[in-house]
Amino acid sequence: MVRAIAILIGAGFVAVLSWALFWSIQGVITDPPAPTAVDEFHLHPKEVELASNGFFGTYDQRQLQRGLQVYKEVCANCHSLKHVAFRDLTQLGYTPAQVKKFAADWSVKAKQFDPKSGDTTERPNTPSDYFPTVYYPGTGNPPDLSLITKARHEGPAYVYSLLTGYTDQPAALLKKFPDAKVPDGLYYNPYFANLNIAMPPPLSQDGQVTYLDGTKSTVQQNAKDVAAFLTWAAEPNLPTRHAYGLAVLGFLLFFCILAYGAYQNIWRDIKH
Amino acid sequence: MSFPWAKHYEPKSGFTKWIDERLPLPRLVYGAVGAGYPVPRNLNYFWNFGVLAGAALAIQIVTGIVLAMHYAANGGVAFDSVEHIMRDVNGGWFLRYAHANGASMFFVVVYIHIFRGLFYGSYKAPREMIWLLGVTIFLLMMATAFMGYVLPWGQMSFWGAQVITGFFSAIPVVGDTIRIWLLGGYAPDDAALNRFFSLHYLLPFVIAGVIILHIWALHIPGSNNPTGVDVKGEQDTVPFHPYYTAKDGFGLGVFLFIFAALLFFAPNSLGHPDNYIPANALQTPAHIVPEWYFWPFYAILRAFTVDFIGIPAKLLGVLAMFGSILLLFFLPWLDSSPVRSANYRPLYRIFFWVLVADVLVLGWCGGSPATPLYVIISQISAAYYFAHFLIIIPIISRAERPTPLPNSITEAVLAKKGGTSPAHTALSGSAVPAE
Repeated sequence: MVRAIAILIGAGFVAVLSWALFWSIQGVITDPPAPTAVDEFHLHPKEVELASNGFFGTYDQRQLQRGLQVYKEVCANCHSLKHVAFRDLTQLGYTPAQVKKFAADWSVKAKQFDPKSGDTTERPNTPSDYFPTVYYPGTGNPPDLSLITKARHEGPAYVYSLLTGYTDQPAALLKKFPDAKVPDGLYYNPYFANLNIAMPPPLSQDGQVTYLDGTKSTVQQNAKDVAAFLTWAAEPNLPTRHAYGLAVLGFLLFFCILAYGAYQNIWRDIKH
Repeated sequence: MSFPWAKHYEPKSGFTKWIDERLPLPRLVYGAVGAGYPVPRNLNYFWNFGVLAGAALAIQIVTGIVLAMHYAANGGVAFDSVEHIMRDVNGGWFLRYAHANGASMFFVVVYIHIFRGLFYGSYKAPREMIWLLGVTIFLLMMATAFMGYVLPWGQMSFWGAQVITGFFSAIPVVGDTIRIWLLGGYAPDDAALNRFFSLHYLLPFVIAGVIILHIWALHIPGSNNPTGVDVKGEQDTVPFHPYYTAKDGFGLGVFLFIFAALLFFAPNSLGHPDNYIPANALQTPAHIVPEWYFWPFYAILRAFTVDFIGIPAKLLGVLAMFGSILLLFFLPWLDSSPVRSANYRPLYRIFFWVLVADVLVLGWCGGSPATPLYVIISQISAAYYFAHFLIIIPIISRAERPTPLPNSITEAVLAKKGGTSPAHTALSGSAVPAE
């Protein structure tokens, strides 16, 4: 009885799915899915070599310092970094005194509410403050960058590719998709999800940032450094994680060898 | 316990005697997972996964309790409190990555455990109750995992909650009212987040309780084994301790090794990047996908694309999705073949592997965008899924001619050692029938 009912129910499900399948196939035949401009012109992020890649990956402090400089001089005009505190910058190799000065000199000041007067006033940032929120009045919605490399597929490569990926809209695209012209006020970038991004090219020419350590400042180098910096901002514990990971795996490997030996030893006289 | 030759606990010292007369807990442990529990001697590595599932639950509970000390279930700060755990709590990143990847490891282990049961007929008499309790645990795990995924309050958390609670709005007439009642509002918000947090903390302990019943029910008939043949005598079994504690110790080491590799070197590989974007009710993600362990069921849901004799497609999809799990409750009665192990069921064995491939294909479709091609593949695979359990199993369990069974576990073990089938090690045993 259970089996008879089951076969009936099963036949019901198969019938409904066959009916749906019929319409799906008919839909594909009568109205074949047409590729969109995004399908054809969106590009996968370029590979980028960073010190943090791989099993033994860690951060290159000098690169992070350069990246911080790019963030400060270029990105920070529009993008916040609200999950990172100034005190975290000691991880980049700065001394507490340097961090204190860096925080105090930061152009956007910390907001402070005066409970006596009810006014909001400003004061210089201290190392315990988080990077202050940037309010952006223009078109678009600049996302907070603290987690950007974890919030995009292949984040570090994405940031690098996006920053170096601005080009003119390909003629082939316009020829094939005449309606897909870049809207006014947006910019063509094949690494952006819908190809048209509101952010103007932030790194427009070589030498835009003058590195303190003498590294040659090119758009490629700026993009790579800021990608490294943002990778750190999103995952500051990566070097610790990798170091612990190797120790833990080493221990577990040793444990497995011993446990396997114990298992074989205990079972040596039992056929199984 | 269940066999007359099971050894009995004998307290040796005065202290253990004193304890035994007042609270015989050591006696219980001895009989449950000690030398007092006789287990078939021929269990292969697939029998490690029950213990591993228990270990995975323990890891989830321990990491989860500590995370709850630092997490704040409030829409305004939930996302930031998770980042606070990741950056400022000592070892917080370790706890959170262990908990998030631990959920995936728990499901991996449980899926292997379930398919082990399907292959070796562990759901059949006299073990139906173990199977029913196991399916109950699986349902509770899915509910717990879903609610846990909402807590970080990222984009996928929010929109996942939106989609899954939306299932209830498919119920005719009262659906929307039920959905609003469950969420405590018109959309997921503080009310939903708080009740999800409360239930996410409660359900693991319910799971632990059902696991106790699951193991209790297991101890009545004792473990199944790769031949599916009943235990005939003492020569067929070994005491759980030290034999299977040693084997499980090794299995646990391998499990932890894989877990640690994932946790320390690819902790975000199984998560969706969008969940690092704070929840935003005004911006729908391009593709809403659940975590990987729900993908096969998500594909079944989305396979129902057209209305059928007046029933809306959405309701059909929701019914089918829940049905795809609930039908497992009836499996012991759908499969009437008296032979348990697929090693002796030539026809069932083929369909078993087709089912494995089918579920993997469903998973692949469920994780992909719902383009026409993926929808077509999901429709075919979903049809096979239902046909497998509801049509094929009832029919082949009658039609099939099983190959001869060994007279006993010991006979099968000794024949295997005879060298007729050198490839028949514990792990490849699933594919090669024992002689």
